[in-house]
Amino acid sequence: MEQTDGVLEGVSLEVLGKAKEIADRLGVSVVALLLGHDASGIANETARRGANVVLLADSPLLKDCTIEAYLKVLLPLVVKRDPAIILFGGTHNGTGLAASLAVRLGAGLMAHVVDLEVNKDTGTLLGSVPGFGGSIVAICRCKKWPQMATVRPGVFKPLPAGNSSTGKVERVEVSITEGDVKCRVIERSVAKTEDISRAERIVVAGLGTKGDLVLTQKLAQALGASFGVSRPLADKGMAPRERVVGSTGYSVNAELAIVAGVSGAAHFASGIRSAKTVIAINSDPNAQIFKHADYIVTGNLFEVLPELIAALQASGGSSR
Amino acid sequence: MRYVACLKVTPKVDQIRFDEVKKAIAREGVENEINDADKNAIEAALLLKDRHGGSVTVMTMGPPSFDPFLKLAIAMGADEAILLSDRSFAGADTYATSRVLAAALNKLKEYDLILCGEASSDGSTEQVPASIAEWLGVPRVTYAIDVDVRDSKLVSKRSIQGGYEIVETGLPALVSVELGSNSPRFPDFRRKRWAESEYRSTVWGIADLGFDPVEVGLQGSLTSVEELRKMASPARKGELVNGTPHEVAARLAQIISSSGH
Repeated sequence: MEQTDGVLEGVSLEVLGKAKEIADRLGVSVVALLLGHDASGIANETARRGANVVLLADSPLLKDCTIEAYLKVLLPLVVKRDPAIILFGGTHNGTGLAASLAVRLGAGLMAHVVDLEVNKDTGTLLGSVPGFGGSIVAICRCKKWPQMATVRPGVFKPLPAGNSSTGKVERVEVSITEGDVKCRVIERSVAKTEDISRAERIVVAGLGTKGDLVLTQKLAQALGASFGVSRPLADKGMAPRERVVGSTGYSVNAELAIVAGVSGAAHFASGIRSAKTVIAINSDPNAQIFKHADYIVTGNLFEVLPELIAALQASGGSSR
Repeated sequence: MRYVACLKVTPKVDQIRFDEVKKAIAREGVENEINDADKNAIEAALLLKDRHGGSVTVMTMGPPSFDPFLKLAIAMGADEAILLSDRSFAGADTYATSRVLAAALNKLKEYDLILCGEASSDGSTEQVPASIAEWLGVPRVTYAIDVDVRDSKLVSKRSIQGGYEIVETGLPALVSVELGSNSPRFPDFRRKRWAESEYRSTVWGIADLGFDPVEVGLQGSLTSVEELRKMASPARKGELVNGTPHEVAARLAQIISSSGH
């Protein structure tokens, strides 16, 4: 389980839900590991969301996720329990920690899986690992136990709180010292972010906007929709990374995605695969994005979008 | 200060085709390049050298045909290039890859900061940087937007969910650099010509790093690929919406109001 400033990462609950499903299939239990400070509240939540046991390592030295200190606490807990499977959310910290733990355990680690299947008899875990920008998926397995994977955010569903029986929270002793914290966090700035993978509607802007995001943001507002961008716009500093749609960002699961000025290379297209209805607007009639669209508009977005915003406002498009 | 940038040579992802019959990736005719994020790592190393002095070593694992990409990094301003090349290194997953890179760094002995790109464009596992650090037992800072060395410490701004944090750690250390976090310089034309004709990269094989063949490459990997599948794209209607901007907007408004209800 991963927390930042005492708040659980959404993907951790998704991973926990999947872990519970796998454990039920194998007839084993789910142990959640939670490291943090003053974390008993989120430990209890974890216990209500699919964990049979929550091992809570609570210490001021664990307030920030620093890999060296976290690993030192995590390693003996993992070794003692000798698990069949270890899952991490595929976040920045989750990935770094998982990769480090895998080296230490001599375990195989499957990257950012979008699906997990377990063989009931052998316990072998098969992971679907997207590669080459998400156009190809490799069905992978680990050669020995424990089997490890990081899980792509937004693909599995968390269990509703209290749906399953509540697990038990056990505090574990933390014996690390200040010297074990090799990386010191000296400043942090985190804004409350929107999880675009959960948006019901989303407008996505690409390079075709020429970096002018006013119209696409207005459209999003008129629709009561979330707002995303393709990776190049984020690289130019036009939008933060948590708004990136595609294999290097997030997958959207929206009912409706309006994609404006995006060329539609494979690494982007994989991010809108789960969108139910896709409207694409691009001035290039041969744009790749049109292969991934339900409705194709070949035209200048600077002409089409103002008309669309006006039409939506006239019909009360945001009255959801 | 010695800065070591680890880079990967990757196929251009948009040229990759999937052979449906062989269930394999068709690499014929696909051009290679230095992985984008690794160019940012090289640039970050060169910026540190510009600012504080020292030298930049670049390192990659791959066949001899990857040597020109190391020369490209030399032409950008790197001082030294090391190619880790051996048939037995082929087919490595991140475990076996990071193991070989870490062994090469151990053989170098003197390094202050190791720089990697945050991820490769082909595998996108993001695992190799932290794994190298774990093999070496050095602290790691991942997804750095800004990298500097002050008072013999790495000070780095890194991106986290919803924002950033500034992290400080002692050297030697490893940092992975975010894609797009700087603008990689172009290779210098004259230096490129010099590198191509005069410069010789150091080449290390399995014997130089003291491994047994079962420890590296495909044999030393701990994950295996059972099967490759083309990611099925969902069937899309592909309906053309034509007309004046006004007409198009009216039709789209109609589509929008009927979607998801």
